[in-house]
Amino acid sequence: MVEYRIDRRSGVATYVQIVQQTKQALRLGLLEPGDRLPTAREVVEATAINPNTVLKAYRELEREGLVEARRGLGTFVRRTLGAQPADSPLRAELESWARRARAAGLDREDVDALFGSVLDQHFPKPDELFPEGDQ
Amino acid sequence: MSSTSTTPAVALEATGLGKRYGRKAAPALDDCSFRLPAGRISALVGPNGAGKSTLLALAAGLLHPTAGTLRVLGAAPGELRDRVAYLGQNKPLYPQLTIADTLRMGAELNPSRWDAAYAARIVEEGALHPGQKIRGLSGGQRTRVALALALGKRPALMLLDEPMADLDPLARHDLMGTLMADAAEHGTTVLMSSHIVSELADVCDHLLLLGGGRIRLGGGIDDLLAAHTLVTGRGTAADLAPHTVVESRPAGRGLTALIRREGPVDPAWQTEEPSLEELLLAHLRSPDAPALLTPATTTAPLAVQA
Repeated sequence: MVEYRIDRRSGVATYVQIVQQTKQALRLGLLEPGDRLPTAREVVEATAINPNTVLKAYRELEREGLVEARRGLGTFVRRTLGAQPADSPLRAELESWARRARAAGLDREDVDALFGSVLDQHFPKPDELFPEGDQ
Repeated sequence: MSSTSTTPAVALEATGLGKRYGRKAAPALDDCSFRLPAGRISALVGPNGAGKSTLLALAAGLLHPTAGTLRVLGAAPGELRDRVAYLGQNKPLYPQLTIADTLRMGAELNPSRWDAAYAARIVEEGALHPGQKIRGLSGGQRTRVALALALGKRPALMLLDEPMADLDPLARHDLMGTLMADAAEHGTTVLMSSHIVSELADVCDHLLLLGGGRIRLGGGIDDLLAAHTLVTGRGTAADLAPHTVVESRPAGRGLTALIRREGPVDPAWQTEEPSLEELLLAHLRSPDAPALLTPATTTAPLAVQA
């Protein structure tokens, strides 16, 4: 069962945080097809947020085809994302790369910038919102 | 979110409601009209003395209005006492009773609806022992017992007056979680007053802002936020017509203002959606701004829709 962590200071809408954390759990293989998401009751009891916020997040995940609501049973994962479990070879390569970067004297921000630039090069985002005054 | 067929679509309906505590005193409520749809979790907000506690006590049937009418779950206040729970600011409990005695009192007073297992579970989740006396409990523990007493009767409508004021952050989080779980499971309508805006933003999906004895803002929080825009730019408040300017403040050579939109906003202004806190503060600072109630929160002049 996944547990949602609501960050009140992040400025990110609460339902978006639930959507993002569910996707992250799918990417990491913490959730797989057939797994049940916690019920709205379980989420709000643990996080003290409005039940409609959870339902809104689940509707969004359903709209994206990631989960499906089964009447009277709950909300279930339909497909996974990225399909790279936490112990995949790609992750191992990335870890060894990160160790080499550290040994080469790069700090966290350097790695962030380098990784971001390679990411942008290989995964362009056509519909990305540009910050103001940057167009 | 289930709702029984006996639950009306409107939990609370006030028409021209007024309450005056004495001939000379200004009225606490004055020609106050609104409707709270069933199943909402509504925040009752307003400056000190705005009439929040009065409105809650009227809905609980503990006070009588001096003008107008109030319908609670479609009936007169106090008529459906077994389906309405009220938690007053001072949480009156009998200090000499034990927790078990207090819950037994709840069972005896609500013979038709009492859910003993549920009430006991809420108490247990706070690591409280049924044999403890109320006298020896902390403020937060008392609130938990009072909440167990209120939720144990499985109310259709919960009225909470500053429920979390004396609680530490952990107790507040736990008890709000319990309340939200109840709402998720039973579709309970909740109306709660509070001053802590950040807390309300997470929990509530509906807002009633009281001021001058009336509702100044009423409706679903998403709808109310979407109806307003924060604008910043070089211009004067007069340039913002035909929008309603709720509040405007100078910003450098221009101004920043919270407006209620009438049509599209001139692109020369930089726009942002306000947060709930910004929306509330702007209205609290501008008591003369016109009232806004969304359609579901306005009392219809004619028949009530089923």
